[in-house]
Amino acid sequence: MRPASHFMPADAHPDVAVEFRDVSYRLDHGGTLLHGLNLAVRRGELLVLLGRSGSGKTTTLKLVNRLLDPSSGQVLVEGRASTQWDPIQLRRHIGYAIQDVGLFPHFNVERNIGLVPSLEGWPQQRIQERVRELLQLVGLEPQIAHRRPRELSGGQRQRVGVARALAADPPILLMDEPFGALDALTRAELQREFLNLQQRLRKTTVFVTHDLREALLLGSRVALLESGRLLATYTPEEFLHAKEPLAAAYVAAFLADSKTQGGA
Amino acid sequence: MSLWQFFAQNRAEVWQLTLEHLWMVGISMAIAVAIGVPVGVWLTRRQVMEKPVLGVANVIQTIPSLALFGFLLPAPWIGARAERIAVLALVLYALLPVIRNTYVGIMGVDRAVVEAGRGMGMTGRQLLFQVELPLALSVIIAGVRVATVISVGLATIAAAIGAGGLGEFIFRGLAMVNNVVILAGAVPAALLALLADFGLGLLEKRLRPA
Repeated sequence: MRPASHFMPADAHPDVAVEFRDVSYRLDHGGTLLHGLNLAVRRGELLVLLGRSGSGKTTTLKLVNRLLDPSSGQVLVEGRASTQWDPIQLRRHIGYAIQDVGLFPHFNVERNIGLVPSLEGWPQQRIQERVRELLQLVGLEPQIAHRRPRELSGGQRQRVGVARALAADPPILLMDEPFGALDALTRAELQREFLNLQQRLRKTTVFVTHDLREALLLGSRVALLESGRLLATYTPEEFLHAKEPLAAAYVAAFLADSKTQGGA
Repeated sequence: MSLWQFFAQNRAEVWQLTLEHLWMVGISMAIAVAIGVPVGVWLTRRQVMEKPVLGVANVIQTIPSLALFGFLLPAPWIGARAERIAVLALVLYALLPVIRNTYVGIMGVDRAVVEAGRGMGMTGRQLLFQVELPLALSVIIAGVRVATVISVGLATIAAAIGAGGLGEFIFRGLAMVNNVVILAGAVPAALLALLADFGLGLLEKRLRPA
């Protein structure tokens, strides 16, 4: 058994940004959402958590920024156990984007994107510059800065969500099905742009999805989860030839789906 | 004598009683908000307390107002002045809508928004003051609106224990069997209630998030 060190463990690898060590998460009244997860996210990679709903993907994600704390085991963020981080500091250090976006409806785009910088006490001038820079980065017009979220399309809102997650230039990004609620065309567009962005910025990213196409497109590795257990981790190439029954089932469904879409 | 003549001849007293009425309602609403909003916020953080607290507030509402005024008479300090009893009774009645709407308003804020705020590292206080309260404000105001309209009506009964207000005319008219005098209290009270309803309704609409 590993010692529950409170400092940077001697064996923590400098190339690893986030590491799960025997992490389990149980609900207060029984029910285990995650069983003994061991997984390392390397610096600069985009690791996809793939699985059905209820497989523990989102739980895994929330353990990184302490929206949840492990029932047992340790989550190391930058070599330090998550429970040793001040949750507020930790979260401001990690970008977070979710499917429902969660833009503040009473803030305009600029205030939404500039939220973490303003919480961190950046001067107003610098926040405005950063917001302009980010709008450009995610392919939005600067005029949009003064609009309210309700005046934006779904795709625009999602881009603002990504810009907001990047605002304080966090070294780590957590993305929970950020493109899940979009129509197929917009989704494909945002996926491509995000891929470009990721190749430029090289943020350590943990990306949750249930869509194999998205996983293979974006991921440098794909971790397959089922009923709270990690089945295996693959590169996209390996995934397509995996013997693991669930992985094979994913691939089969994916190929069948492409065929029907190709025939249509 | 018509109602208009009565108003013309008793302008000073009508004005005086209207002001007393407004004062009673205003003070009690301010106190009810000062207590009710924090309690409502607290309930969202201790949800097990929701049922008992709202239950107590509900029971208070079922006490007939005249009886409540009577019950409070022997209370120390409060019972010494009729206006204090009236204000306390109005506060007690106003608490339920204020607490309930604060609770419901905050619980009704889009979960994704709250989750995003927490995930980005807002402290509980920042989340409350920058996100939850602003987004719940129109629902909270709706509760204050209901409470205010109820209070304007209830405050007329405060005259029964000598607390003044427009109820003075109503009780005097009842004793004199004079409808004009009753109406001299009832009509301005009704107008105040309508005005409060309209004004707070506008405010509620303006503050409603998209």
